[in-house]
Amino acid sequence: MMTDLAKLTAHEVLDLLKSGRCSSEEVVNELLTAIRSNDQQIGAYVSLDEEDAIAQARAADKARAEGGKGRLLGLPIAVKDVLNVSGQPCTCASKILRGYISPYDATAIAKLRKEGALFVGRTNMDEFAMGSSTENSAFKVTRNPVNRDYVPGGSSGGSAAAVASKEAIAALGTDTGGSIRQPASFCGCVGLKPSYGRISRYGLTAFASSLDQIGPICSDVRDAALLLDVMCGKDAMDSTTVDLPVTDSAAGFSDDLKGVTLGLPKEYFIEGMDPEVEKAVRNAVRTCKDLGAEIIDVSLPHTEYSVATYYIIATAEASANLARFDGVRYGHREDGIDPIDMYCNTRQAGFGREVKRRIILGTYVLSSGYYDAYYLSAQKVRTLIRADFGSVFKRCHAILAPVAPTAAYRIGEKVNDPLQMYLGDILTIPANLAGICGMSVPCGVTGKGLPIGLQILGAAFKEEDILRVGYAFERSMGQFSRNS
Amino acid sequence: MKYLPTIGLEVHVQLRTASKMFCGCRTGFGAPPNRQVCPVCLGYPGAMPTINGEAIRYTVLAGLMLGSRINETSKFDRKSYFYPDMPKNYQISQYDKPLCIGGSVPIQVDGIAKSIGITRIHLEEDVGKSMHFVSSSGVDFNRAGIPLMEIVTDPEMVSPEEAFAFLCALKQIIQYAEVSDCNLEQGNIRCDVNCSVRPEGQKELGTKTEIKNLNTFKGVLSASRYEIQRQVDVLQGGGSIIQETRRWDIDTGVTSSMRSKEEAHDYRYFPEPDLLPVIISAEQVEGWKKSLPELPQQRCDRFVRQYGIPVYDARVLVADKSVADYFEQACRSSSKFKAVSNWIMTEILGFLTETGSGAGDIKVRPDTLAELVELVDSKIINATTAKEVLGIMFEQGGRPGDIVKARGLVQMSDSGEIEALVDEALKGNPKSVADFAKGKTAALQFLVGQVMRLSKGKANVETVQRLLQSKLSR
Repeated sequence: MMTDLAKLTAHEVLDLLKSGRCSSEEVVNELLTAIRSNDQQIGAYVSLDEEDAIAQARAADKARAEGGKGRLLGLPIAVKDVLNVSGQPCTCASKILRGYISPYDATAIAKLRKEGALFVGRTNMDEFAMGSSTENSAFKVTRNPVNRDYVPGGSSGGSAAAVASKEAIAALGTDTGGSIRQPASFCGCVGLKPSYGRISRYGLTAFASSLDQIGPICSDVRDAALLLDVMCGKDAMDSTTVDLPVTDSAAGFSDDLKGVTLGLPKEYFIEGMDPEVEKAVRNAVRTCKDLGAEIIDVSLPHTEYSVATYYIIATAEASANLARFDGVRYGHREDGIDPIDMYCNTRQAGFGREVKRRIILGTYVLSSGYYDAYYLSAQKVRTLIRADFGSVFKRCHAILAPVAPTAAYRIGEKVNDPLQMYLGDILTIPANLAGICGMSVPCGVTGKGLPIGLQILGAAFKEEDILRVGYAFERSMGQFSRNS
Repeated sequence: MKYLPTIGLEVHVQLRTASKMFCGCRTGFGAPPNRQVCPVCLGYPGAMPTINGEAIRYTVLAGLMLGSRINETSKFDRKSYFYPDMPKNYQISQYDKPLCIGGSVPIQVDGIAKSIGITRIHLEEDVGKSMHFVSSSGVDFNRAGIPLMEIVTDPEMVSPEEAFAFLCALKQIIQYAEVSDCNLEQGNIRCDVNCSVRPEGQKELGTKTEIKNLNTFKGVLSASRYEIQRQVDVLQGGGSIIQETRRWDIDTGVTSSMRSKEEAHDYRYFPEPDLLPVIISAEQVEGWKKSLPELPQQRCDRFVRQYGIPVYDARVLVADKSVADYFEQACRSSSKFKAVSNWIMTEILGFLTETGSGAGDIKVRPDTLAELVELVDSKIINATTAKEVLGIMFEQGGRPGDIVKARGLVQMSDSGEIEALVDEALKGNPKSVADFAKGKTAALQFLVGQVMRLSKGKANVETVQRLLQSKLSR
């Protein structure tokens, strides 16, 4: 029997499974052992059905014995608790969805399932993906595996912590304003936010429909490419998906970056940025240059408006998206003297502070008399931000930038200052507003040993460009993330 | 002082698509509660809408029939309000870019023709249905997500009678467009009525009230009559009208306040981010235009022209599209158009009213009715027998020729055979013979009846009359 299976990448595990050198049941058992011994401290998972995990693994092993050939056959994946997996809970880390069991698979889940993936464990998150530290979970605190006094980032903090602590081989996250890239950066993982429309959102419990995307959090770039390739594609259930041929994202991988032009946006090296972060990113830029890339300076002039724009659009959409949680059809219900009273009591008890704050903000910006000043203006600024990227991507293949102004901060440090927390997303939000793709790849550590991520942004549906850059950079770094 | 009423309508018409507006669930009526539901129409976490193209086409067809302009780009919006029958607590509707703009419906009240303008037609999803039990309530979501086309009129109707006439004319056109079953019992057409009154001589309209959710055209008539009188009474008593939403109580026959303008919902419309804008090209509209059916008035004119039937007949026949279709199909198998029309207007329509069925659903097929008309015309059976045969056809279907043969109902035209029956009748009714001799002509009809009875209805009536007359006048 192999040891340390849980410490391998997904493609390494799949190679072993294919060659018969290990079974899926062995892989799952090792993961369960790791979870049992570590997760008390880390808190990556909100729920896990061990029996079901082993049953899924045995079924995969049986399928392989019978000639099954799914690309992910037998690979366990941890799932952020915002995605619907048939028969599993999906709480969105909210009390209001306690007791809800999904009656259906999200399209991304169905695609992974078709290739033989297993869904093992549900990861913690900020309630309804609203937050940047996973401190807004209604259920538990998730700690950064690198230093347990620090946050894992958010909102997909559970997924990043699970991968970083080797409690998962790969995980799924969702990114509305940086919720994949930022926790991947804080925990030292690779996190990919695909272009808007690349992966179906059907089955992703919506926070902000025009910004949400599903993506992988894993230990290397090749894994990210593999999971993207399986999940992407036009879906009849999601009108906003695009009809583009599914490619082999790893086909263009090479050890150098010859012929690649990379842009460095001056607006992304902002005042107040942690010098250690800036230094690590600038070093990464030099590395890319050494690999053969041409580096040019670019400008994204509307960057400073992105946080304000985001908090209008995202909260407006959220205020409608979260209206369905009323206690009538599923989830938690509080009694009331009439339906409206029941709603009020249910939502009062069911939603946490940050969720309520955003629902109120969103309700306000859509109110009669305020719509033009807020929502409509925000949509116009969004168009300008998108245009910024459009002109920059005429000159370069990808943009290099930090993921966040700082590395992970201490648990509790920013929890009472939501505005400070919001501003931490300034470097990741523009990609969501523009619908482009972005990735976080580890590029160094602070003096305290906290991981720093390099953000690689690419034009819409040019994931292969950023994956290629990420791959070459990662190779040159000697797969830093594996040792964290 | 005299007050002038103004009425505008918002008419919700359920489209007859096989599946719902934003998901694949069936739309059939009468299924047990919550059987035609899925994560999408139940508003489950993560579920997303996708547009039913058939509903778009139906709405555009209705718009074309009503003379609307079709918006090349339209979009869907979210309309937010909380109610237990609303799965998502927002309704996907269309706010500032509806599918169709403008149009009109011609009406006639007391012989005066008028055209009522259409403001817009948009598409939205229906909500579920709250059900209340002894100690609890429930919601049936079978109806949630069924496509509704909302037709908004200009405030141009000046009486409840005009509103009623508008609804009848609109229903007829929509039936012709074949985009809705227009079944009022099943709630296929529901109306909100906006009413206001203003003193004669005043130009601007008075403050309006809106009566919500009327299910019948009669209800619109009664509710708007009541509401207009109520408003006049309030004004005459020195009061003023409050802009508000009211409900109609069908049992007490009064409207009462639901919520005032201050309590009105702020629907917080914003574009539905889960759906792309709907683009309808001019070519697409042109293509659909070709499949448009005739309007009722055009068909009426054509019936008079093509079949040579009276205008009255044509109007009666086209009033219900399925009846008009039935007539035309029958006329393919018989050239006795007026006779076909007569049979439909009397016997078929009578049967439809009695049984509540549609012309397309009955056992008497148009070609068999035509055959019956031909049998009468060629004197193989008489009218009495024909009615009897039709009665059998209503119950069992089948071809009239076969029924006539199987039951031996062929008309008795042989003079000798009939003469024997005439003699028998004369012999058995000496009193009638004597009455006739005294000049009581009614006696002749009695004797004709006696002969017909003896022939079991099969004798050729004209022959019977001729023979009786010649024998009695001897």
